[in-house]
Amino acid sequence: MTVNEWIFVGLFLALAWLLPATPIILAKFLAPKRPNPIKQQVYECGVETTGNTWVQFRAQYYIYALVFLLFDVEIVFLFPWALAYNKLGLFALFEVVVFIVLLVVALLYTWRKRALEWSS
Amino acid sequence: MTDSLIDIGLSRGLAVLIAKTLGVFALATVGLLWTFFCIWAERKVAARFQDRLGPNRAGPFGLAQTVADAIKIILKEDIMHQGVDRWVFNLAPILSVMSVLLIWVVIPFTPTLIGVDLSIGVLYLFAVGSLGSIAILMAGWSSNNKFALLGAFRAVAQLISYEVPMALAMLVPVVLAGSMSTQDIVRSQHVMYLIAAPLTVLIFIIASMAELGRAPFDILEAESELVAGYQTEYSGFKFGLFYVGEFLHAFTVGLLIAVLFLGGWRGPFAEDVPALGFVYLLLKSFVGYFAVMWIRMTLPRVRVDQILDLGWKFLVPLSLVNLIVVAFLWKILPGTDSINSAGDALVPSLVLLAANILMIAGVGMLLREEGRRERARIAARRAAQPVSEPGSVADAAPAGASD
Repeated sequence: MTVNEWIFVGLFLALAWLLPATPIILAKFLAPKRPNPIKQQVYECGVETTGNTWVQFRAQYYIYALVFLLFDVEIVFLFPWALAYNKLGLFALFEVVVFIVLLVVALLYTWRKRALEWSS
Repeated sequence: MTDSLIDIGLSRGLAVLIAKTLGVFALATVGLLWTFFCIWAERKVAARFQDRLGPNRAGPFGLAQTVADAIKIILKEDIMHQGVDRWVFNLAPILSVMSVLLIWVVIPFTPTLIGVDLSIGVLYLFAVGSLGSIAILMAGWSSNNKFALLGAFRAVAQLISYEVPMALAMLVPVVLAGSMSTQDIVRSQHVMYLIAAPLTVLIFIIASMAELGRAPFDILEAESELVAGYQTEYSGFKFGLFYVGEFLHAFTVGLLIAVLFLGGWRGPFAEDVPALGFVYLLLKSFVGYFAVMWIRMTLPRVRVDQILDLGWKFLVPLSLVNLIVVAFLWKILPGTDSINSAGDALVPSLVLLAANILMIAGVGMLLREEGRRERARIAARRAAQPVSEPGSVADAAPAGASD
């Protein structure tokens, strides 16, 4: 039992990458390949595309990402607490409640600031 | 298997390595091939919901339909249109399948059969599950198509929003079991956590449905607005892989519900006959899978702002409250730190069940109040601008056009 279990996760990662890649590679040999300029146009319901696709995006997405980051970090901090839950007393629970309440205040702040509204 | 390898003269470490490697190969292959069955099952169930027969030509009950489809789609031309970012475009479908398949590593199929019993199983689930949103962003961004890009942005906004309640829901079994290992979580479910935490299960199902990107949360490929969202430009088997990833994910959600909340392989005689545990797990995961299908077939799509509101303004606060209530009650209830049988767990579980019912009732009342206010708001807006009578021709035409 000296083998580290993460080796198998790594192995599985490689396999999980390789197995879906196989049909794509297989299709390279099996599928026909007859490109032409019309076929390779960008599909936009028959209208020719105008302008660059890789343009700036709506700032609202960025705000959601920021709020997500806040809670993502919170969850990372909650996992160790949940794991040690049985060993910790009531005091640790109250501390976690304080921690969560602080973040709820942050959520309320973003809410009141209308950062969670989709329509600007 | 390990023992027979030791018998032919291999050292213990090498034998474990070989056995586990073969096991990992088998798990990955079986997991991927299982999709064939999932797609068939889902099409069949969907057909029944819509009063159709579904696939019934290829093979008995149409079982070979998915195989036929796979052979067909692999023979289709794979169109690489102009301006596409080749590497990212090719990697995205692979990554979308990979992110789902990786979840299978920590699923305990029987008391003894588990890919790898990681001590941080639930954290691993959380980490691997979020790879899917990267795949979708890659697909949308590399496609050089505005529909695809919009779909990807929406998708990522939705996926990251629902990751928060989903992770908070997954924390509840961790708190109850005191371990992040999926095998330990199953072992400690003397009374399944569905009894102790029904609200958590509801939150988990809703958040998982959003993570799946399925109706009612399918704005990321809303076909009436965005053609097909992030997969607009995909063809051939690359498109097929997104399909595989989605269906496998749908079943995997069922598996996760079964493992985290329905007691996994637990059942009568499962400890003695491991194969029986596998059957139990399969049956339980089909319960979750069917729930997911049922919701998908029944509910219409919601708007993008409604989805994000539901996530941030409802599910996140609710799951935080839920987590605190469960953790608090589980702490103050006597005897919860040494549960070794169903008898020990029954009373605390029932107390939690009562608390959950109270919470659900309270939330239901809040929602009803909110619904009433929303309806009043809509009625006020209608009254302010009386453009047309409901049902008149002038009203019907724009409504039909906007759909």
